[in-house]
Amino acid sequence: MILASVILVLVFFFPIWRITLIAPQYPTGITMYIWINQITGESPGTLQNINILNHYVGMQMIVPDSIPELQYFKYVVGALILFGLIAAIINKKGIYLAWVILMIVLGILAVYDFYLWEYDYGHNLSPEAPIKVPGMAYQPPLFGKKMLLNFEAYSYPYWGSLFIGISVVFAFLAFLFRRKKSNSL
Amino acid sequence: MKNSTLTGWGIFILFIITSCAPKGSDDKASPFSDDVASKVYVAPGQFDEFYAFLSGGFSGQMSVYGLPSGRLLKVIPVFSLDAEKGYGFNEETKPLLQTSYGFIPWDDAHHPELSQTDGVPDGRWIFINGNNTPRVARIDLSTFETVEIIELPNSGGNHSSPFTTENTEYVVAGTRFSVPVPQKDVAVETYKENFKGALSFISCDPVTGHMNVAFQVLLPAFNYDLAHSGKGASHGWTFFTCYNTEEGHTLLEANASQYDKDFIAAINWKKAEEYVKQGKTHDFPTSYYHNVYDDNSHMATSEQIKSVKVLIPDECPGLVYFLPTPKSPHGVDVDPTGEYIVGAGKLSADMSVHSFSKMLKAIEDKAFEKEIAGIPVLNYDAILAGVVKSGGLGPLHTEFDATGNAFTTFFISSEIVKWKVGTWEVLDRAPCYYSVGHLMIPGGDSKKPFGKYMLALNKITKDRYLPTGPELSQSAQLYDISGDKIQLLLDFPTVGEPHYGQGIPASLVKPKSKQFFNLADNAHPHVTKSEDQAKVVRDGNVVRVYMTTIRSHFAPDNIEGIQVGDKVYFHITNLEQDWDVPHGFGVMGATNAELLIMPGQTETLLWEPLFEGVFPFYCTDFCSALHQEMQGYVRVSKKGSTVPLKWWTGSSK
Repeated sequence: MILASVILVLVFFFPIWRITLIAPQYPTGITMYIWINQITGESPGTLQNINILNHYVGMQMIVPDSIPELQYFKYVVGALILFGLIAAIINKKGIYLAWVILMIVLGILAVYDFYLWEYDYGHNLSPEAPIKVPGMAYQPPLFGKKMLLNFEAYSYPYWGSLFIGISVVFAFLAFLFRRKKSNSL
Repeated sequence: MKNSTLTGWGIFILFIITSCAPKGSDDKASPFSDDVASKVYVAPGQFDEFYAFLSGGFSGQMSVYGLPSGRLLKVIPVFSLDAEKGYGFNEETKPLLQTSYGFIPWDDAHHPELSQTDGVPDGRWIFINGNNTPRVARIDLSTFETVEIIELPNSGGNHSSPFTTENTEYVVAGTRFSVPVPQKDVAVETYKENFKGALSFISCDPVTGHMNVAFQVLLPAFNYDLAHSGKGASHGWTFFTCYNTEEGHTLLEANASQYDKDFIAAINWKKAEEYVKQGKTHDFPTSYYHNVYDDNSHMATSEQIKSVKVLIPDECPGLVYFLPTPKSPHGVDVDPTGEYIVGAGKLSADMSVHSFSKMLKAIEDKAFEKEIAGIPVLNYDAILAGVVKSGGLGPLHTEFDATGNAFTTFFISSEIVKWKVGTWEVLDRAPCYYSVGHLMIPGGDSKKPFGKYMLALNKITKDRYLPTGPELSQSAQLYDISGDKIQLLLDFPTVGEPHYGQGIPASLVKPKSKQFFNLADNAHPHVTKSEDQAKVVRDGNVVRVYMTTIRSHFAPDNIEGIQVGDKVYFHITNLEQDWDVPHGFGVMGATNAELLIMPGQTETLLWEPLFEGVFPFYCTDFCSALHQEMQGYVRVSKKGSTVPLKWWTGSSK
């Protein structure tokens, strides 16, 4: 169970999602990384470049500081790590299961929240946009590949999400094979 | 009807006969003899194997080609204004063209020379000389932009320049025209008494590349034509050819061609450094400019220097020796080992090759023919390694391949001759179309020639391309030299006159190529780092517009309160941080040029409105789908008008 908590720490060091846009003028693509507490690109100019492209179709600017989730997610994850460690000390089957269920529920909520943001960015378009294509929305896929005008958008989980998954698996294993006298695993 | 048909047939038959007639030269590039086309075909999207840098001659610029395709990649403005890039027109680059004669918008650029480390081109910088108003420029190969120009004092016609030493300790310069030193008003007839030839050693900072005239060597009033520095064994020496050892000052075509032999001046620059350290130099009062462009401030600054250190050979034994060389030698080229010094007597058929080791022995044995102004003239036979009996006429320049062969151009017989270094045996020859000057083998003047290709740089093209009126282009011709036989592959016109060229594997340059300037590092005094900092500031009749560009608008794009008689400085910062997104700026009635601003860069255009009215400005470089909408207006009111200074973009008035 300690392992599950420790692995979760890695989420602070790796992005959880990656979105890549590819177009004829961008043969190597523009890649954006979503972390629990920030949004980055492969270069410092990436976010600006994505915002420049987005403004043509009236999408809002992506301003990481204005996304509340990026401010409080780190505390949520921190609390989960702490809870996991406490659970390890208490070493009760029920509390392990509770942690696993909490992780899964929060995970689903986070993905749903991500979807809502994507929906908002993709649909909430400025009426004064230079390029308006009737019926067209620019919501990137949650998972997979999609054509958005001239851009091919790829969206997949990244290392951070993998670590969350591993963490949950470890916690579940801890629930299954809890050792009576020991408080590890 | 019948008659005209017959005439038609007659003409047709005549045409066939004419086309079948021998052309006078066997074209080795015949597509039937070998698959030549595939050797120069670089498929769309693929890269060339080499960069080739060719001088623009009287265009004053340097052009960059890919080899083997011959595709033009860029024209780098160096000594001449370039309205396309705003070079010399924007306020930032104007100081680069400052000289002791004021702002000079043109020069004649002859010899590109790559910087070297351990005698091999390293892909950091490329230098080129300005011949007319003596200067040397340095181009940074991470930006392919001119970043430094230094003027040369006591010189007239900087032709024998800017050949580098093994580790770019120095690039050299020599005066083609001897002049009074220091300059003074004297009778031309007093040439022998009053004129001198100054050779300059320009040191280069190993990190920044910044140039400095470290010292000059004052020689007799000959014409110092070309140079190459020693390498390997001869590292520490630089060799300059000279003609007009007759010291004529009029009708030189005859008067400078009287003596059987002129000289190659061998300068021991390591010795010179010792003399400089010992304080043997004289400080000559003079005036010359040193201009440096900074990639962080995106600006050039000029400094005037008023003195130069000069060494007099008479006072510095062992500093200079003259190597007698037949018939007005033009090129002087040192083989990759550094042992052989090839002097091309341009009025002879043969080439004398001097031996560096024999030269050292002759110095040791004091095998001198005579002395001129305290400079020993070495015994010709004592230093001669061999003579290349080429059968060609008018040898000019020699480059080397990686396997011990030399290739020499012959201007008069319009050909290149391949010969073996050491045996002096002629191995092959290939015609050039026409009148070849220099030639270039990638790394061919270095310790490690990259070989494979050879480029002939031709002066005359006559019937080689579709005619374009009286003025025709010069040309470059690409040969494959990897086999025993020289094979002509490609023939392409060039920008200006390609005197000399340099070639380097793309792999040594491409990885360092900058994509854009980091906006956070922009230290321009008038930078605007974000749209909300855009503003217009008036100080008397000077108005500074702090403007930004980003796809696809200017901020501000509406400006009011400008008055006739104002000096309006548009300080424009390109906020883009992506590759290949420059923005241009053109404003109606500007008497200079456009700006072409790279991402992260700030450039300034001075605009002096002459009339009242409302004048448009716009982006000149097709930047985006809404490039055509990237425009704005400046309202100009009469002098003393009460229209307030206002600016805005969109609704944020």
